[in-house]
Amino acid sequence: MDFEYLFELLCGGVVKGSIYALIALGYTMVYGIIQLINFAHGEVYMIGAFVAFIVAGILTLTGYSGLTVLVLAAVVAVIYAAAYGYTLEKIAYRPLRNAPRLSPLISAIGASIFLMNYVQLAQTPDFLPFPELVSDFDFMEPISRYLSSVDLVILIVTTVTMIALTVLIKYTKIGKAMRATQQDQVMARLVGINVDRVISATFIIGSVLAAIAGVLIASRTGQINSAIGFMAGLKAFTAAVLGGIGNIPGAVLGGLVLGIAETLGAGYISSAYEDVFAFGLLVLILILRPAGLLGKAVKQKV
Amino acid sequence: MMAKSNGKKLLEVSGLTMDFGGLRAVDSVGLDIFEGEIVALIGPNGAGKTTFFNCVTGIYEPTAGEVLIHPPGGTSKRINGMKPNSITTLGMARTFQNIRLFPAMTVLENVMIGRHCRTSTTILDAILSSRKAAREEKETIDKSYRLLEKVGLANEADEFSRNLSYGAQRRLEIARAMATDPFLLLLDEPAAGMNPQETHDLDELIVRIRKEDKLAILLIEHDMKLVMSISDRIYVMEYGKEIAQGTPREIKENPRVIEAYLGEEAHA
Repeated sequence: MDFEYLFELLCGGVVKGSIYALIALGYTMVYGIIQLINFAHGEVYMIGAFVAFIVAGILTLTGYSGLTVLVLAAVVAVIYAAAYGYTLEKIAYRPLRNAPRLSPLISAIGASIFLMNYVQLAQTPDFLPFPELVSDFDFMEPISRYLSSVDLVILIVTTVTMIALTVLIKYTKIGKAMRATQQDQVMARLVGINVDRVISATFIIGSVLAAIAGVLIASRTGQINSAIGFMAGLKAFTAAVLGGIGNIPGAVLGGLVLGIAETLGAGYISSAYEDVFAFGLLVLILILRPAGLLGKAVKQKV
Repeated sequence: MMAKSNGKKLLEVSGLTMDFGGLRAVDSVGLDIFEGEIVALIGPNGAGKTTFFNCVTGIYEPTAGEVLIHPPGGTSKRINGMKPNSITTLGMARTFQNIRLFPAMTVLENVMIGRHCRTSTTILDAILSSRKAAREEKETIDKSYRLLEKVGLANEADEFSRNLSYGAQRRLEIARAMATDPFLLLLDEPAAGMNPQETHDLDELIVRIRKEDKLAILLIEHDMKLVMSISDRIYVMEYGKEIAQGTPREIKENPRVIEAYLGEEAHA
C-alpha cells in the first residue's frame, strides 16, 4: 500500500473538511437555537466569495501584496455577509417565528433561490476566475509535498476561527446567552436575555464563518459563480447532520469526516463519484446513528 | 398589615383574567404587593396560581385586566403583554415549580447569566477584549459568588447544575433570579418536593433575603406551615377566582378558605 499517497489524500481531506466544518457551524448554531435549517446559508457563503472577488479585483490594481489583498477582501466579505445574515433572519424568518415549523423551512428555500438568482442577475451566471492571492512561500520541505500554500493558509485560518468561536461561546457574555437560549428559550427570556438579539447574533456569527469559508474556497479552487452556494451548502448541511445537528464540536467532526471520506473515495475509486461518497456516508450514518456522531437523542419535555 | 400601611406599592394587579379557549383559568383577580412584604398565593391544585404568575411575568398575555409595577425610584409601568425579558429588566424575577435551570451550564454560569440584563458589554467589547468587558466580567463573577454564598452553594460553583441535589437546584434557581437585581421576587412552589430540613432552610433563606436585600416576595406554596410562618399577607384562589385575602390569622379562620381546602381533601 502506498502510504505516501494515502497521506496526501488525508491532508487534502482535512483541508476540504475544515472548510465544510466552517460552513456547517453556521447551520448547526442556527439549528441549535431556533430549530431551523437555514437553507439560505450556502448563499451567504457564495455572497461572501463574490464580495471578496470584487474587492480583490479592485485592490489588485493598487499593487498591494497578495496576502494583504486577501485579508482586506475577507474583511469586507465578512461585513457584507454578516449584514446579509442579519437581514435574512429579520425578513425571512422572524415574522414566521411562531408559525408551524414547515413555514420557515419553505421560507428558507425561497430565500436561497432568491439570493442565488439575484446574484446571477446582478453579476453573471458565468464562472469567474478568482485571483491567485496566496503566492507560494517556502516552508519546510516535507510539508510542501502534501499541502500547497493556500492549503496551509486555510488550515491556519480555520483553526484560529474555530478556537475563537469556542472562546466566544464558552467565556463571553453573548456566548453564555446563546447557550442559555439553546437550552431553554422561555427561561432565557425570564432571566432577562433579549432572545431576539441573541438569535440575530447567531445569524451574524454563522454568516461571518460562511464568508470566511467562501473566501478560502474561492482562493483554493480559483473560480466562483452564483451557484456554488448550493452544493457547498448541501455538503455543509450534510456535515452538520453527520456530526449531530445542533452540536458545535459535532459540526467540526462531521466536516472533517466528510472531507476525508470524499477525498479518499475520489482518490481510490473515482473522482467522478465524489458527491456519491459524501451523501452515501450521510445515508449510512442516518441509518446507523440517526442523531449523528456526537448528537444525543432528543428528549421531548412535556 | 404593618407593611401595607407604611410601604410603597410595588405591584398592582387588578381584574386579571386569562382565558384558554373556553376555559377561564384566572377570573378577575386583583393583588397588591407593598415594599418589604412577603405575600403568599395559595389555593387547591388547578386554582390558577401558576397561570396568574405566567400572566404577571409575561409568559402569557392576559385576556383582560391591568398589571402595573411601581419600581422603587423608577416610573410606574403597565406591563401586560410585555416580553418576559423586558419585565425582568424592569425588576421582577421568578422561579418555576418544576426546576428550569440551564442543565448544561455550571452553577456559577447559571447565576452569571442572570446578570446578563444588568451588564452592557457588547459582542464588540468581547471581541476586542476591552477593559470594560474585563471589569464587568469580574464584577459579574464576584456578585455571582456572593449570591452563591448566600444560598450556600459557593463550593459547588463549578459543578454542572444538573448534578446538584434537588434542594440545591431550587436554591440555585433563587440565586439566579436574584442575580437580575429584582425588587420583587416571585417564587412558584419553592418548597415543593423538599424534605422538612430543606424546607426549614428555605424558610430562613426567604426571610433573610427579604431582610438583607430589601426584596418583596410573592410566593405560591402548598406547605401551610411555611406559608403561615413567613407571610405578611395571604391571597387565596379557587377555580380561578380570588376567594379571600388577609393576614395568616384571618385566613386560618376564614370559613370560605376552610371549605375550599376541606373540599379538596374530600376529593383527594
